[in-house]
Amino acid sequence: MSFTGHLFLGLLEGVVSGLVIALTAMGLSLVFGVMRIVNVAHGEFFMLGAVFAWYFSSLTGSFYPALVAAPIIVALVALLADRFILRPIRYAPEPTIVATIGLLYILQQLVLTFYGPYARPVAAPIYFRVDFPWFGYSGYKLVVAALAALLLAALWLVVTRTRLGLYMRATQQDREMAQAFGVPTERVYAAAFALGAVLAAIAGVLIVPVQQAHYLMGLDALLLSFMAVIIGGVGSLTGTLVAALFIGLIDGVMSVFFTPTLAKIVASLLVVFVLVLKPMGLFGGDRL
Amino acid sequence: MAPVSPLLETVNLEKWFGGLRAVHLVNFRLERGEIRAIIGPNGAGKTTFVSMICGRIPPTSGRVIFKGREITRLPAHARVGLGIAYTFQLVSIFRNLTVYENVALAVQRRLVRHPLDAIKDNHRSLTAEVEAALAEVEFTPPDDRPAGTLAHGHQRLLEVAMALALHPELLILDEPTQGLAPEEIASLGALIRRIAGNVTVLLIEHNMEVVLGLSQRVTVMNWGDIIAEGTPQEIEANPEVQRVYLGQ
Amino acid sequence: MTVRVPSGEAAAPARDNRLVWSVHLAVAALLLLLQFVLPPFHHGMLARIMVLASYAIGYNILLGYAGLMSLGHAMFFAAGMYGTGLTVYYLGLGALPAILIGLLVSIAVALVIGWITLRTTGVSFLIVTMMLAQAFFLATLYFNRITGGDQGLVLTGRLPLLHLGLLTFSLAQPGVKYNVALVVFTACVLLGLWLVRSPAGRVLVAIRENEERARLIGYNTFHYKWLALTISGAVAGLAGSTYTLLFSYLGSSFASILYSIFPLLWTLVGGVGTIIGPLVGTTMMTYVVDITSGYTTAYLIVVGAALVILIMRFPQGIMGAVRARWPRWLP
Repeated sequence: MSFTGHLFLGLLEGVVSGLVIALTAMGLSLVFGVMRIVNVAHGEFFMLGAVFAWYFSSLTGSFYPALVAAPIIVALVALLADRFILRPIRYAPEPTIVATIGLLYILQQLVLTFYGPYARPVAAPIYFRVDFPWFGYSGYKLVVAALAALLLAALWLVVTRTRLGLYMRATQQDREMAQAFGVPTERVYAAAFALGAVLAAIAGVLIVPVQQAHYLMGLDALLLSFMAVIIGGVGSLTGTLVAALFIGLIDGVMSVFFTPTLAKIVASLLVVFVLVLKPMGLFGGDRL
Repeated sequence: MAPVSPLLETVNLEKWFGGLRAVHLVNFRLERGEIRAIIGPNGAGKTTFVSMICGRIPPTSGRVIFKGREITRLPAHARVGLGIAYTFQLVSIFRNLTVYENVALAVQRRLVRHPLDAIKDNHRSLTAEVEAALAEVEFTPPDDRPAGTLAHGHQRLLEVAMALALHPELLILDEPTQGLAPEEIASLGALIRRIAGNVTVLLIEHNMEVVLGLSQRVTVMNWGDIIAEGTPQEIEANPEVQRVYLGQ
Repeated sequence: MTVRVPSGEAAAPARDNRLVWSVHLAVAALLLLLQFVLPPFHHGMLARIMVLASYAIGYNILLGYAGLMSLGHAMFFAAGMYGTGLTVYYLGLGALPAILIGLLVSIAVALVIGWITLRTTGVSFLIVTMMLAQAFFLATLYFNRITGGDQGLVLTGRLPLLHLGLLTFSLAQPGVKYNVALVVFTACVLLGLWLVRSPAGRVLVAIRENEERARLIGYNTFHYKWLALTISGAVAGLAGSTYTLLFSYLGSSFASILYSIFPLLWTLVGGVGTIIGPLVGTTMMTYVVDITSGYTTAYLIVVGAALVILIMRFPQGIMGAVRARWPRWLP
């Protein structure tokens, strides 16, 4: 295949993965922004989405129930974690990181226990092939991209047009003021955390026919989301979106031409670069 | 006879926070041995101004000159080394450490000039100096409790003791009488008068009795500018000051 | 008017000193004697625990005393490990020179990393240390032709002899391993104690308690934090160097994020801000993990559960809780 072919393949892969990363990263960014905490277990929600998708699709023989059931279950897990772990420690930044690291291991190892160490495939609900001049491409991947874009648009509407979105933006800007105005901040926090988890879970469900479900898949997702949030600017959803697409594209293109390991090294260092130079540190932005 | 250069001078000192101009082209001189008060309504830029002097925040433009030396770019810790000490509007001490440990840290800074001194532990001279600093402010800690559990007035005294333990040439006090009982205010005033021989004092104050009774000269700020300077009596009589500040 | 510093204060340091030294020497003596009564399995475990506890002591210097939580200490541990292990593997150097090189490498790494990361604080510091450690880990995989990558390199057969003056020891012998581990551990404890009780150590505590106040008393807080991180990294590196020589193995897994989380876990369990705490924590968690791994492959779940329980209920750890009862003298 010619260079152009390779490049186009890389870009296409980049767009697909960029949109999926965006979906996951949005969840992390929302939680960062509204609750001002780092959820290190975020990648595990992604993984749980994929694993439950496998579970429901093998249970029912069809993919579609998974699309609904998996995110619901993950939302429940998230709500439990918020209620019994995060709220008691009052969302304090460093303890939350330690606690969510703990949560990461608990979730990961529970999946290892009940699901096993193997990667299992899930059949795509739709299979068709799109022919480009240089190669044939999985139609399902294009569907994933389209769905991810749709969901991101829906998220945008929720944040900007609904009451929940308003509450979340208010809580992010000034928690005490929001409380004074009657915003139920504790429930907003729970909702934000659950919503963040659901976004990651849906991304996991969408990607599992492409990637296979494995108990360790959350770590990569976490790192990529992290990078998108930090490079895009903490507290800014648009920034995260742009950064995620950027990372997806770079990753897609680089992986076609170079090793993924090198790409990840560069990306890690880029995050450090951004954080060290940003004078406000992590919580500089105050607009969703 | 050559003019004596001021202890502290600012030239066109300015600070912007985003679109907000907090301090506007302030030219300020402070002579050695003065007790100077800075007064002004809330939001006048007083704390921002002195924060630029002690190095807590960098100026947007302008210069700060201390003992004839340009310190505009100098970090805060280095300015302390040159002889500037600062107490905060909200008392800032080491709340979980004892009174002794708090003052000892300031004394240690003064005594330990050479890196190798930081390895030796000269306990005896440290204790003597700590006791001297506490004697200066007339405060005896009742026991070993953490400093954060002391009454507010005592915490303030501790903070002043720490500042004095540095043997500064310029002592900047940001609203030191805030939250103090009348007796405590009086004794703080007496303390300032006692040390005024050795230390130049710059204080931000809202308590007009203290300002009028203690300071030799007063600088009035409003909206980031100095609008008047003079003796307490002159300032009291100044109609503009009355309108802006005293009339409120 | 005379001011009396309460009699507790002036007398305390002298009384403190005696207690501190007796407790810590007692622990060292206990460890020294245990080797004669322990069965082989526990003998080996304890040797390993002492090396890992040294790593935790290094970590605690930064967390407990300077108040900085890092998620990248595996970088320093691995720097020592690779520095020592690779020179033994490729250059056949003796044990002491190899340890020295490992130490120098980890000091260099710590200096550089400190310079980069200490511009940030709190959560930002946590993330940049984590990301840099991640880059380091990936680099050990990328250069796997040299480092052996994930599989690692085995040193048995190339293990150097330990030359101490006129005496020569073989590092393959369990007795030698145990005592080398004990010496390294004791050295780290002594270093920790000295630092904590020195004027520099007091400044670190001040920085932890109220950094702005420390700055406005005239301390260059960046330099002090840099010093703490460098010492912390050097101790971690020394532990890494010792580990590779005693267990004849080096591999990328020791640079992974799990090995950055371990010292945090051990320190939290045993007691942040104490010197003996890390030993308690490392001992407990190493045994817990070991026992659990006998029952399930998902043994890391105890790591997770421990972290959650600790941060919710016992943020001060075991020794920290003890110290809360006998406040002053336990460093």
